[in-house]
Amino acid sequence: MLKLRRFLKDYKKECIIGPLCKLFEAVLELFVPLVMANIIDVGINRLHDAGYVLRMGLLLVLLAATGLTSALFCQYFASKASQGAGTKIRRALFEHINTLSHTELDRLTTPSLITRITNDANRVQQNIAMIIRLLTRAPFIVIGSLIMAMTINLRLSLIFFGAALLIGVTLYLVMTRTIPMFSAIQKRLDKIGLLTRENLSGNRVIRAFSRQKQECDRVGDAAEELSRASIRASRISALLNPVTYAVTNIAIILIVWFGAVNVNIGDMSTGDIVALVSYMTQILLAMIVVANLVLLMTQGSASAARINEVLETEPSIKEKTKEFVPTIKDSPKIEFKNVSFKYSDGDDVLSDISFSVKRGQTVGIIGTTGCGKSTLVNLIPRFYDVDPAHTPTDGGVFIDGVNVKEYPFVQLRRQIGMVPQKSVLFSGTVRDNLRLRSRDADDDELIKALKIAQAYDFVSKLPKGLDSKVEQGGRNFSGGQRQRLCIARALVGDPALLILDDSFSALDFATDAALRRALSENKGDSTVMIVTQRCSTIKNADLILVLHDGELAGAGKHDDLFETCGVYREICLSQQSDSNAGDKKEAAK
Amino acid sequence: MKNTASFLRVIRRMRRYYGLLLLALICAVISVSLTLLIPVLVGRAIDNIIAEGQVDFEAVIRIIALIAAALVGVSVFQWLMNWLINLISFREVRDLRRDVFRKLNSVPLSYIDSHPHGDLISRVINDIDAVGDGLTQIFLQLFSGVVTILGTLIFMLTINPMIALAVVVLTPLSLFVAAFIGKLTHRRFTEQQLLNGDISAYVNEHVGNQQLVKAFSFENEACSEFDELNQRLFTVGFKAQFAGALANPGTRFVNAMVYAAVGVFGALTAISGALTVGQISAFLTYANQYTKPFNEVTGVLTQLSTAFAASERVFEVLDSPDEPDDSGAKSAPEGCRGDVRIDDISFSYTPDKPLIRNFSLDVKSGSHVAIVGPTGCGKTTLINLLMRFYEVDSGRILLDGVDISTMKRDELRKCFGMVLQESWLFNGTIMENLRYGAENATDEQVIAAAKSAHAHSFIRRMPRGYDTVIGEEGSNLSLGQRQLLCIARAMLTDPRVLILDEATSSIDTLTEIRVQKAFAKMMKGRTSFVVAHRLSTIRESDVILVMRDGNIVEQGAHDELLKKGGFYARLYYSQFDTERSS
Repeated sequence: MLKLRRFLKDYKKECIIGPLCKLFEAVLELFVPLVMANIIDVGINRLHDAGYVLRMGLLLVLLAATGLTSALFCQYFASKASQGAGTKIRRALFEHINTLSHTELDRLTTPSLITRITNDANRVQQNIAMIIRLLTRAPFIVIGSLIMAMTINLRLSLIFFGAALLIGVTLYLVMTRTIPMFSAIQKRLDKIGLLTRENLSGNRVIRAFSRQKQECDRVGDAAEELSRASIRASRISALLNPVTYAVTNIAIILIVWFGAVNVNIGDMSTGDIVALVSYMTQILLAMIVVANLVLLMTQGSASAARINEVLETEPSIKEKTKEFVPTIKDSPKIEFKNVSFKYSDGDDVLSDISFSVKRGQTVGIIGTTGCGKSTLVNLIPRFYDVDPAHTPTDGGVFIDGVNVKEYPFVQLRRQIGMVPQKSVLFSGTVRDNLRLRSRDADDDELIKALKIAQAYDFVSKLPKGLDSKVEQGGRNFSGGQRQRLCIARALVGDPALLILDDSFSALDFATDAALRRALSENKGDSTVMIVTQRCSTIKNADLILVLHDGELAGAGKHDDLFETCGVYREICLSQQSDSNAGDKKEAAK
Repeated sequence: MKNTASFLRVIRRMRRYYGLLLLALICAVISVSLTLLIPVLVGRAIDNIIAEGQVDFEAVIRIIALIAAALVGVSVFQWLMNWLINLISFREVRDLRRDVFRKLNSVPLSYIDSHPHGDLISRVINDIDAVGDGLTQIFLQLFSGVVTILGTLIFMLTINPMIALAVVVLTPLSLFVAAFIGKLTHRRFTEQQLLNGDISAYVNEHVGNQQLVKAFSFENEACSEFDELNQRLFTVGFKAQFAGALANPGTRFVNAMVYAAVGVFGALTAISGALTVGQISAFLTYANQYTKPFNEVTGVLTQLSTAFAASERVFEVLDSPDEPDDSGAKSAPEGCRGDVRIDDISFSYTPDKPLIRNFSLDVKSGSHVAIVGPTGCGKTTLINLLMRFYEVDSGRILLDGVDISTMKRDELRKCFGMVLQESWLFNGTIMENLRYGAENATDEQVIAAAKSAHAHSFIRRMPRGYDTVIGEEGSNLSLGQRQLLCIARAMLTDPRVLILDEATSSIDTLTEIRVQKAFAKMMKGRTSFVVAHRLSTIRESDVILVMRDGNIVEQGAHDELLKKGGFYARLYYSQFDTERSS
């Protein structure tokens, strides 16, 4: 919780004035009984004066009104500081999540991050408000009462200290016991988030297999676990109030008893006992507030810890500099030098890959399922870093002669137009989506990109054209339309390096062919990398890389590879049925 | 207020916990009455301590023993009440989650397609959580509050009925203040929950597709878009919280006024001699106690308002209509042959954009049907209709001569084996995922299916084989591998009718051909629908349907269609034309 205090930095004023207002209100409240006593003692007993009573009554109204004003100020500052801090926390979380790389995101999982950014941040925010509103008042009353008790009878005030100590110990015990419980609760909440998200995204499959009941059971179990965990925690936290109550009342019993003894020997007056008891009652009321506050803080600190966990997660892939680095002239556009890669727990996905691509060339990457094609292209924008243990120090991925690790992210990634395997669009309009690479692209550029991607036809037919709404993920477009929009999105702003990761898979062959033709006509001196399953797609590429089980089985042009590379020939022959007579002749060569 | 009505509905839903609630109420009665009793006892003990040498120790001890007993009672019953109320709220939260989730699995698919998932997740997580908080608070405050009010009322009535009446009538004024403020603010609280949902949806999209954000260096823009939402939440949240927090000082002010009025009128009465000083002081004490619950309820008004707004969002989901009940519907035909007849159907997702119009098709059992056509022509829609993910607007689809709209959906779907392009796997082991459609399959059967789908070899190479846990997004698998697993999963169900919707698009052709062979073997004598664009898949089909703009423009076998030289032939030749020219 304390670690999050930096988010209150801009709200210092609110954090100081708020509690002070509350304190002022508490002080005013102390006057009320005094005024009332005056009404009785002076107004009734001594003066029998109705006018005096009314004047004192007016004073009470004034006190209440001033109290109200200062309470309102306190609420204002508390709301401002807590909501402000909550907003800052959410923002910091989102910003930090954006710097994390895959490894960390896979570990934290999206649903858990959603819960943290909403539910956990809200809890912390609530806490801050509570603390501002209640923190000063309770200690003020407790300390004030303690001091008063000491002035009345030093020895009996020891009972007060004993009680305070006992309550402190209880608070501590309950807190330490329940903090782990509350973090377990939030974790279970994550699980429900995960299952819900999974269920929503897989709803078609779930229904196709008629698994709705089992899915409901799965969530039912998770909800049951969560409820059990919460109840378990509440069994302990529900102790707090009764224990506080018991301790203070035991203290009262002790005061009465020792008071009786003292009065009997003439050390003390009965009035002193009454005063001590009433101070103890004051402390009780304050402590109950504190206990509830502690309870909230326990829950809040579990949430704070979860927020901190995200904020403290170091991205495994970091940029070395924000400054643009100079590139080396006349070096290949892309160069892989002895690159090896593996995911955290597994065998090498790529081993010892080397090749180089000149500016303006088109490269095809082909190979069997799971051979590492996508992994290879993902190394270029640094979604993952090469395996340092198996790649020599002078090896790695180079763009324009500079190791990708040396670039700031923006310089590296802004020159790349990436079309990922999964065609996902963001909710918004078609125009918003197309402008992902360059925010200020004008409609002409967008239309040009759409035309190359063979998407202009259907976009222009939409009732609202570029302003048509895209629902989340782009689900209101068919798979093929989505894929073409994704391609258009990557083309906007003429990327120096275009990476198409199996991006034609949902296109029929006519569209596929037209798209590739338009692409080669318009690509200028862009370097293009195409990952594909189809030989025909890359037959004319300047360089074809054949991957097999993470190794480079061959590199070269179609004709050479067909002669020399067994894997490639096999793939081509398997697609012969796809090809027409002309292709067959060529294949037979 | 609509909000309050929704929250009351939550309480009405909780019928099965009414017994426990009664128990909690009893605990509240006991602990609160004992709480009120203790000060009286303490006072009496002090009365026995008069002055030096005048202390009745015997009486003091007796009273102290009573206090101790009351104390134990208060502590135990207070704890029980707290615990019971927590128990009830958390159970209701669990029930709500289950029900919402069940609802999400029984609404028409169009509901899920048209609602942002992040927002739905936020309802399941945040809104229900807020409802739970609200329940706990309201019961805790309500129970001990009501008992305190009643208790102090009795004491006050015994002292002076007139003034007591005044207090009783005046204090609820504070509730009017609270209700008024609540009414003013409820829109903001609704808005606040709505924005929470929006934020959740935004995070779901942009964190879920982080790779895309990174690829386009979109981080800064994403942050500023998020900031916009976040800032709006700040404005609304601040207003809601502040307005909600006004209620407490407001009621306390009203109550302070009541207190002052009681004091003044009491004093005036006393001057005229109708009331003793001791009575006034006792009266004031009880008046103070009496107003406390009113103050406390408004102290949690922010939480209550959030809960009210949240409950409305929860019921929005719970109230959305289910898919029509089909418990009385026919069973799917035993050992279904797989004759599919589509009879003059029309369908559109939105009324203003007609998609499929007057479409008919007759597929004999055992035929292999391929569906081709430009993207967006309605191929996937046809499958949505066959599986009854969506219902036709007019016309009917017959399976073995039975109108599928009269069948039980689950049984109908069990006749089909479906593999979609988007390969969904859940967060579990590979074995669990493969068994998804056939829970009772033996390990051997699972492995056999994995072998036919050519997934066995890569599964075996995984660090933990079939027990490897698939990550949330399946991130440890390539798209092709995921598709192979989906194919194995479908194979294991041994379907009567097979639907492949671009099911092999990310698999390399070598493997694809082998998988096709396995399918062909499995589907001998059974019907299959294949949406694909690779000719290797299509050429062997009995019938090729060429779709365009929601209609079949051509149908026939590959060679026939080529000879005909129509749209199919154009589609087919087009790719080679471009290759020559490029």
